[in-house]
Amino acid sequence: MNIIVLGLNHRSAPVELRELLAIPESRMGEALGRLMAYPGIKEAMFLGTCNRVEVYAVVDKGEYGFQKLEDFLVAIHFSVSFDDLHPHLYRYSDEEAIIHLFRVAASLDSMVVGEPQILGQVKEAYDLALTHRSSGVILNKLVKKAISVGKSVRTNTRIGEYAVSVSYAAVELAKKVFSHLQHRVVLLVGAGEMGKLAAQHLVNQGVKDVLLTTRNHHRALALAQRFSGRAVPYENLGGMLAKSDIIICATGAPHFVISKEDIERAVHQRMNRPIFLIDITVPRNIDPGVKDVDNAFLFDIDDLKAHVGQNQEERLKEAEKAEQYVRQEVDSIVSWLRGLEATPTIVALRKKAEDIKQVELEKVFNRLSELSPKDRRVIEGLASSIVNKLLHGPLVTLKTEAQSHNGFAFIEAARRFFELKDQEIQDVETGAVDEVARDTEEQKISERLS
Amino acid sequence: MTELLTFLTMGFYLGGTVLSLAFLVQRSELISKFSFGMTTVGFFCHTAGLVGAMLATGQIPILTFKDAMSFFAWGLVLVVVIGGVKQGLRVLGAFMLPLALLSLLAATLAPAEPSSLSPVFQTVWVHVTLSMLGTIGFAVAFVAGVMYVLQERLLKSKQFNVLYFKLPPLDFLDSLNQRSILLGFPLLTLGILAGAVSAQLTIGTYLSWNFEQIWALVTWVFYLAVLLGRVTAGWRAKKAAYLTIVGFAGVILTFVGILIKSPHPMSLL
Repeated sequence: MNIIVLGLNHRSAPVELRELLAIPESRMGEALGRLMAYPGIKEAMFLGTCNRVEVYAVVDKGEYGFQKLEDFLVAIHFSVSFDDLHPHLYRYSDEEAIIHLFRVAASLDSMVVGEPQILGQVKEAYDLALTHRSSGVILNKLVKKAISVGKSVRTNTRIGEYAVSVSYAAVELAKKVFSHLQHRVVLLVGAGEMGKLAAQHLVNQGVKDVLLTTRNHHRALALAQRFSGRAVPYENLGGMLAKSDIIICATGAPHFVISKEDIERAVHQRMNRPIFLIDITVPRNIDPGVKDVDNAFLFDIDDLKAHVGQNQEERLKEAEKAEQYVRQEVDSIVSWLRGLEATPTIVALRKKAEDIKQVELEKVFNRLSELSPKDRRVIEGLASSIVNKLLHGPLVTLKTEAQSHNGFAFIEAARRFFELKDQEIQDVETGAVDEVARDTEEQKISERLS
Repeated sequence: MTELLTFLTMGFYLGGTVLSLAFLVQRSELISKFSFGMTTVGFFCHTAGLVGAMLATGQIPILTFKDAMSFFAWGLVLVVVIGGVKQGLRVLGAFMLPLALLSLLAATLAPAEPSSLSPVFQTVWVHVTLSMLGTIGFAVAFVAGVMYVLQERLLKSKQFNVLYFKLPPLDFLDSLNQRSILLGFPLLTLGILAGAVSAQLTIGTYLSWNFEQIWALVTWVFYLAVLLGRVTAGWRAKKAAYLTIVGFAGVILTFVGILIKSPHPMSLL
């Protein structure tokens, strides 16, 4: 059994590719169904945001699972080929995969560390997996844990403050150009997380007129609803520039979306009324040459970060705190996962029964001190035989069902029925071999006696 | 009494100016409060002095170069005091007060002149008062222009320093610039007309084509162009800021012209 993740993000792949791999919610059921139909895939979740496309899965064999997930991604869009996709993909398995999931949920893997949207997006992805029954015991536990880790990181470190202040810096800068934001027209180009966040801040500051445009017009329409703004076809972008006072660019395209000439023309049409531009993406979407255009004020993400003026050291410390927290949580979930393997659970169950048997025998022998050695052996034999017979059914079922599709459910159930704690299973693991040896020895003795 | 008031005025203005300049580079709000307080007290001393002089002579004390410069300083500080009521506009003081201090210094250092002008010049006070009020408008526009250029540079070079945080938004500075000219221009226009009428009454000609008159007309045409250019050719924002800075240089030259030329009632020669 392996937990794997295959995906690409803002660092590994251009936005065009990421966009092609987006799956609309309406088609998610079908997609997850197709994914689960691959043999060897037991659980799966699809996480798609502007900045990342990732498939998390629980599979029988890691290597084979990666192949299947890659096949699945290639099949999402007809124009994506294996060669297009392969170089941009990253793969993590088991502990690394869990670390990755937790870091994503904690917004440590985001373009702007600490941005708040990602947690909600992980939740949505999980809800879809639940709705379409593609998640099981392991993903349920992992993703729930990831979400709670994300929440804890937000509340226990100041990592979120930073992202908020970076996007808010856009508002503060805008206020140095325009004294009253209420009457200003904001144009949001693209649907990047930080762009939306900055636009939200502007709306909170009283901006009423928001224009939205993305290459995918449906997305713009959806955004228009959120900001009660107007969606504008992407082709009309050039015409909208002169009408906008504040332009926020967050498309994530690898090339310039707005050129110096565009802005020169816009400023001219505006009769030199200042125009304020925020380029919130890396690589940049607005030609940096725009800064030489009179009455155009361009700021990129680094400028926003500089405006926040927060101490770099302190920021790193907060991120480091978050990373440490993530590691701790990963350790605890890994020990839980280990317990899901059949052997340690079986061993722990036997050990627990054995311990109970020994304690009860002690009590009896203390009370009946005049027993002969033979009597004692008979009583021991009786106890062993009851324990073994009682455990026989569950143990056989565990051994056989562990290999089946929902084996983890059985193991998890066994652990709950017999109240096996993670710690007990872990303790057992270290000395598992001896225990198994001793257990079999005792079993033989009791079988002989009976 | 008059000397004491002048002395106090100078002292408080000096203190206000130094503190307001310190406020530009210090984050402390306390400095701004002290600066504003001193300036306001200075302003009351100044006003008292002017009222005293007015009561003594029975006319607005504006007809000599000395008095005109003092009136100019008073007008500038009035703007600072009114603006300073709003917390965010206290920064105006750092730019206006040095100007006010300079003109008050010029007034103090200028040689004393005959206390009353010959009766033929009595109508001139209308001309001087209107022109000075117009000039105060241009001075505010000039300061708005300087602040605009500074803030624009800071924004362009992404220097988010204390000054950047203190300076008002660009569009406010641009509109302050525009409004000051809109207010100053008609006053100057009336002032020039009144001057021409006075000249006609006293020396029999509307225009004698001397240095200060030519400069005054050039300046007038220039500001007219600035106003019209904003509406027709988009001379706003950075361009308007630079134009008003240049325009104010014209105003200063007119002052210099008044100082050195004759036959103007205020001429030192």
